[in-house]
Amino acid sequence: MIEQLLGDYTLRTVTLGAAILGAVSGVLSTFVVLRQQSLLGDAVSHAALPGIGLAFLITGSKASLILMIGAGIAGWLGTALVLLITHSSRVKYDSALGLVLSVFFGIGLVLLTFIQKSSLPNQAGLDSFLFGQAASLVMEDVLTMTVVGGLALVVILLFWKEFKLLAFDPDFARSLVLPVRWLDVGCTTLLVVVIVIGLQTVGVVLMSAMIIAPAAAARQWTDHFGMMTLISMIIGMLCGTGGSILSATTSNLPTGPIIVVCTSGVVVMSILAAPHRGILWNKIRQILQNRRLRAEAVLLDLFDLAKQHETPEYPHMEEVLRVIYPQSGSLLRQLQGLQSKGLVMRNEHGAWALTPDGVIRCHQLIKERTP
Amino acid sequence: MSAFHWEIQLVSMVVATACALPGTFLVLRKMAMMSDAISHAILPGIVIGFFLTENLSSPLLILGGAVAGLLTVALVEWIRKTDRVREDAAIGLVFSTLFALGVLMIAQFANDVHLDIDAVLLGELAFVPFDRLMLFGRDLGPQALYATGIVGLLCAGFILLFYKELKLATFDSALCATLGFLPGVLHYSLMGLVSMTAVAAFDAVGSILVIALMVGPPASAYLMTHQLSKMILYSIILAILAAISGYWAAYLLDASIAGCMATMVGVEFAVLFCVAPHQGLLVAWKRRRHQRWAFAIKMLVIHLLQHEDTPESEQECRVDHLQDHLAWEQPFAEGVVARALSRKLIRSVGEYLELTPSGRNLAHQAMVHV
Repeated sequence: MIEQLLGDYTLRTVTLGAAILGAVSGVLSTFVVLRQQSLLGDAVSHAALPGIGLAFLITGSKASLILMIGAGIAGWLGTALVLLITHSSRVKYDSALGLVLSVFFGIGLVLLTFIQKSSLPNQAGLDSFLFGQAASLVMEDVLTMTVVGGLALVVILLFWKEFKLLAFDPDFARSLVLPVRWLDVGCTTLLVVVIVIGLQTVGVVLMSAMIIAPAAAARQWTDHFGMMTLISMIIGMLCGTGGSILSATTSNLPTGPIIVVCTSGVVVMSILAAPHRGILWNKIRQILQNRRLRAEAVLLDLFDLAKQHETPEYPHMEEVLRVIYPQSGSLLRQLQGLQSKGLVMRNEHGAWALTPDGVIRCHQLIKERTP
Repeated sequence: MSAFHWEIQLVSMVVATACALPGTFLVLRKMAMMSDAISHAILPGIVIGFFLTENLSSPLLILGGAVAGLLTVALVEWIRKTDRVREDAAIGLVFSTLFALGVLMIAQFANDVHLDIDAVLLGELAFVPFDRLMLFGRDLGPQALYATGIVGLLCAGFILLFYKELKLATFDSALCATLGFLPGVLHYSLMGLVSMTAVAAFDAVGSILVIALMVGPPASAYLMTHQLSKMILYSIILAILAAISGYWAAYLLDASIAGCMATMVGVEFAVLFCVAPHQGLLVAWKRRRHQRWAFAIKMLVIHLLQHEDTPESEQECRVDHLQDHLAWEQPFAEGVVARALSRKLIRSVGEYLELTPSGRNLAHQAMVHV
């Protein structure tokens, strides 16, 4: 398969493009997720459409850099409009997003139909931006993506600690007299840039997954910002590569959707199984904890019962304990568990008693639990 | 003008109304982006429904879509509750994944039928009149009219029936819960309606126009009124207006009908954003300007009152002195004096200014306020 990967020009181009896109969007998605801008990404990718149409109408060129610039300007304008609407009217953020998204997209559609019906040459393939057509990528596109994406990454590295502060505590950043508004604009602009370079590969709708999923998955694995960005980048890159190879080796699997499904799969897996934060681990921890607490309760009850007598190692029948736990079916199992740890023992009459070790453990527990 | 035109316009009016009704509540409940999520996420539901019935206009499709829509809402809610991913990210993840699954299903199993992603996202109103409902050999009109009409009636019925409950759940969900009105059930019913509307409308107008019609007209209406009932009414009117004007714009420009309608939604919002009665930019600008003058006039009369009948009044009450004392530019000071003169709050005696009784009154009032 690796031979095939290296030998086939289209596959090589697509895989390289998807990997680069995955890496760049992975890094940016960290900021998107932490700054709660997930839906803004969706709005930007829809809002970019009229920019693509206009760029083509004005220049007549389909070079990806020119279309990207058009898309970027339109996406950026959409973001600015969302801010304007929320700042100077009582229309809320979500409505402003929905409005800008659908209206810009509508304008884009009008432009695209206009282009289709006009007699402009060389227009075919513009609508690949709508749904993404990874197979239409050529080496030149990948080169543009690499350069633009690389620039975005360099900017992030240069302003690493400023952006980090912006993501976690913008008020503190303001108190340090950092130009928070410009940082905000810069960070959002980078988001627009990354979305724009991804449109051709995965399309308008699915691009929003590319800038959420990698970080949403990475967040589960670590509490460290730099680590999270790195993991997010790796996840994006692997899913891009894996998705495009999968799509090339199976018939009728479009690249964009399969990449998105892969990344979402990683998110689900991470939510379930990541150490510390994973839901499954939490459940298991909870079960173990409950089991330990139940066993300790039985141990302490034996200790309490023995207090009525001269020695703490005074034995009691299982039936006596059952009075305390009328409903519990696992009493015998608890006792046997304690026995295997050497904390209780069973005498010749079948009665249960604490061992000297058990008594020590009881004292320890009581000491631990008294505040 | 042919029946063709009429039918398309009638369908688009019905769709506009059906979208604006639940849309109003989405906007008020700050869940406008759920329209985006749901209208994309219904795709797999539609595809499965299509596999089962092999018919794009079967009611089962609407049901399948509605189930997919509710699944979206439930999944978002579930992810949010695990506390591992924030709500906005959860919405973005769920709908794009469901959409991707829908696209994959189409590509795998339905490559050669009339069900492509373009159709779902963009719709084509121009084809609506060709898909007709035939009953007992009689032509009853375009099928889309019935599908969207029924869903629209359902929305209207639901809102009429549960108007006060919806109002309460929207504005004070905690009170709604304490009174025992089950805001959760209302929430899911509303989301079910949104999904059904989205599915019924997708074939005719596409997801994007559904979002535009659900969010745009209510957001515009929100700029015009504070009252729920009026907001619903204005939303419907604005939605219908956008649909009709968009249709004719598309006809004249020979462009995408759905695109033109969405554009008109944007135009409506832009116009109201500027000139709406209380909220508009223009009114706000005028209000600020008026307040600036009114405040300056108050300052002037207070200033005059302070120095009335004092030895330095000859110095203080000259127009050219205001520049020093109140730090007003000469033209501004002259403007303030002219306005105060015309309102008969002051009169000029030679080079000096003097308060009239009404001016003195205003100054006293203003001082009390301070």
